[in-house]
Order: sequence, then C-alpha cells, then structure tokens
Amino acid sequence: MLELRDITAGYARNAPVIRDVSLTVAPGEAVGLLGPSGCGKSTLARVAALLHRPDAGTLVLDGEPVRRWRHRAPREQRTAFGVVFQQARLSADPRLALSDLIAEPLRATGRREGAADRVGELAATVGLTADLLGRRPHEVSDGQLQRACLARALVLRPRWLVCDEMTAMLDASTTAALVRVVEDYRAATGAGLLAVGHDRALLDRWCDRTVHWTALTAAAAGAGTSSG
Amino acid sequence: MAEAAAEKAARPATAWRSYGAKRRSTRALRLRTSAALVALTVLAVLVVPPLVQLDQQAVDLAAKLQPPSRQHPFGTDDVGRDLLLRCVYGLRVSLLVGVAAALTATVVGTAVGAAAGALGGWVDRGVMRVVDAFSSVPHLLLGIFVVAMFRPGVWPVVVSVALTHWLSTARIVRAEVLSLRSRPYVDAAVSGGASRWRVAVRHLLPGVLPQAALAAVLMVPHAMWHESALSFLGLGLPTHMASLGNLIQSARGSLLAGQWWPTLFPGLFIIVPTLAIAGLAGAWRERINPRRRSELML
Repeated sequence: MLELRDITAGYARNAPVIRDVSLTVAPGEAVGLLGPSGCGKSTLARVAALLHRPDAGTLVLDGEPVRRWRHRAPREQRTAFGVVFQQARLSADPRLALSDLIAEPLRATGRREGAADRVGELAATVGLTADLLGRRPHEVSDGQLQRACLARALVLRPRWLVCDEMTAMLDASTTAALVRVVEDYRAATGAGLLAVGHDRALLDRWCDRTVHWTALTAAAAGAGTSSG
Repeated sequence: MAEAAAEKAARPATAWRSYGAKRRSTRALRLRTSAALVALTVLAVLVVPPLVQLDQQAVDLAAKLQPPSRQHPFGTDDVGRDLLLRCVYGLRVSLLVGVAAALTATVVGTAVGAAAGALGGWVDRGVMRVVDAFSSVPHLLLGIFVVAMFRPGVWPVVVSVALTHWLSTARIVRAEVLSLRSRPYVDAAVSGGASRWRVAVRHLLPGVLPQAALAAVLMVPHAMWHESALSFLGLGLPTHMASLGNLIQSARGSLLAGQWWPTLFPGLFIIVPTLAIAGLAGAWRERINPRRRSELML
C-alpha cells in the first residue's frame, strides 16, 4: 500500500506547490493522475518516489511511515520505486551509453554479476536493438531514449512504478509500446503504478482508476467524496 | 531602382557571411599561432637545457651589459651572463611553478567545490564562507605571508600560489555541481539506489571536469605572473636561480641607464606564453560553449 496523506510540498519555504493532497495506491493497482500543467502532479510523483521531502504530511509505504527521503532513505525503500520521467533527454546521463544507463542501478547496488544478461533481456523487452545499446543518449531519438529509461526503471524489479508524463513527448506507436511493456511487467510481478499525465483518453484506457487533481485536494478539504 | 533595392537586400546577407568567414579564419589563425607558440615554449623548456651544454651562470665581466648581437641574441646582463640562456632557464622555472601551482590549486578547488555543491546544506554554507574569507584578503598579501613562513625555494612559491588560487576553481565547480545536481538524471540515480559518493563520482564530477580543466589551463599563466611578482619583490625564488621575475628584478637598475634588453626579453618571455595559453584556452572554451564569446581571462 502506498498512501500519501495530507502532503504539502514545494521548493521554497512558505510557497508550497501542493497543499494537503492525499492519494492512495493499492498493491497491483494502476492509478492515473490527471491534471493541468503546473498544478504540482510531478512534485507529488517525486514525493511518492521518495525523491522530494514534503514539508508536511505523511507517506505510508506498506504500513510504515516514511521518515527519510532521497539519499537518506534506506536503499531497499528507494529502489522499490521505478521512476520514468517526462524528458528522457534530461533524465539520462549524457556520458553513459544506453547499456551502461540501463545497468547503472545494478552497479550502484552492487549486483554486477549477470548485469549484462539482465540488460540484454530488458533491451529486448522494451524493443532496443543491440546496436542502439552501444550508443550514447545524443545519438538516439527521444523515443529510443525513453525506452532505455523505462528499462532502467525496471532493472531492479521495483514493486512500484511512477511514470511522470512518460509518454508526453512520444508518438502514438511508441506510447503504445511503452504502455504495453509497463502492463506486461505489472501482470508478471503485480507491481503498483502511479501514472501522471494530462491525456485523459490514455490514462482511462491504461489505469484501473483515474483521479483528477482537483478531486485530491477537494477530498482533503473534507468534501467527503471518494475519488475514483 | 528595383535592382538597387535587390542589391541592398542582398548585401547584408553577403556581408554577414564574409564577416563570419573572416571571424572564423581569424579564430583559426589565433588558434594556430597560440598552439605554435605553446609548442615552442614547451620545446625550449624541455629540450634546450639538456641539449645545449652551456652554463647559464657563466660570468664574463668583460662582456657585461652588451646589447643584442650575433653572439648574444638577447644581449648580456650586468655580470656578462647570456640573457637568452638565462631567459630559457628562467622560463623553465616559471613554467614549472606555474603548472605545479595550477594543478594543485585545481585539485584542491575541485575537491572543495564538488564537496560543497554535492553535500549542500550547512557544509556548503560553511565551506563557501571560508572561501569568501580567503578571497577577501588580497592574493599577493596572502601569498607573501605564506612564502615568508618558509625558506626561499620553488615549493614554497608553488604552495603560496596554489593556496591563494583554488578559490575561483572551487566557486566554478560548486556552481556547476549545483546545476547538475538538480537534473532529473541525478533523481534517477538516487532512485536506482546510488550512494552520495557514487552520484558525485559517476554523474557530477565527469560533468564538471571540462570546466575544471579549462580553469587549470587558464591558471598556468596566472600562476607564472604570481611567481614573477613574488620573485620581483625578492620574496620568491632565491636570486641565483634564474626565474623571469628574478631576471626583471635584477635588471631594474640597468633600465634607468638606458639598457633596455635585460628587462624587455624576460618580460616578453612572460607575456608571449601567457597570451598563447590564453588563446588556446579561449579556443577550447569556444568549442565547449560556442554560444559564449570567449574573453581573455587572466
């Protein structure tokens, strides 16, 4: 269970981007989060993935409240989340070849043996050919890079996936392919998903339930309506 | 009329193109000249002393203060030593001090700046206040203070120049690390289980190395100037050791008597490598960041 309770978070003191937002994702559930640009849904996704410490509120992960974020969070907690960001270009270290990019979490957590096999297996899953794996981010297209980023997010077999506008910059066929990879992974492992986006048609088809941003804050304000 | 208008419309375009081409060729010329001069300097410093078996300390009082001639291309100083040879040896010492000080300053500055930027919080604030405190004292004064604590020699000068020059590198590296730290790929690394150390070494440091290397190259001439300044004040290298600062210092008296060569040639030996290195660094900077027009930063 991933529970965000009354989260207030932002990047400057006294100017929170999100205020008293609550959201729950059950294990194995796929929740779509809809909202206009700039409303703070990416910030909420960063909080959920332990990448941004909220100013107030609690995040309860599998019944235990999370007290530490980013580097301070225990490694098992951090790596329980696979995160895919909107801009593949910015979320890939420009110096790493795609194979190194995908293998990086394995190396960072000291699981070097078998890394090459795992990378090859994931590359096949996300549809990257062997010659692409040797290239660096500036030598591949946005779609190919986002495939590699998705492979990187899956490489440690996370229990939760956080996809922050994963397909916003991609064409329809790549979008379909990436969503299929995520769904196959979830079907095989039972991982939960928080998909952030602004495309209602996509999220409605992809997720078990779609929540609109305004419902989250309204629910917190005591409107009493259950979102869903 | 229409023709004139068409010509007028066409002119700016051609003017732009030719201006661009001219600028490109000037740039190429500057790059080539700088590279040739740096190569010449390194060659002179590395090859001449071992190959030419001449004694730079050889005193010949009968030939003192001779103007440039075929036998002494740069003339002789007030005790008849050959100035060309003295200048080459002096350049050797100055360059050694410059390179050693620049490397030390860059290593220290990069380590401090990267630590401050990567750790953030109170570490960052504390370290940067120390940097500010160091910067508030004039470089030369602090350098003199450090040199005065040791016996005259090459290494105290290196330490003095390095200790006063890591500050700017630390600032550059910290700023660069701060900007890299907020990139999503660092978030991805954190989510992938990377430790702070791994993020710093694998993702942040490689990103700042070009900037740090550029700062190091630009610092070599700066460090040479400081060495010369310290030696000129009589605080740097011992007087028997030919360094460019020492040469100018000992030639001061002759300048007033109309003997221009003992100051001119060592001075040129400071200025020419400085400009050459700055030219190379400028070309490099334009290459890694084409949008910013390079300026001479000494």
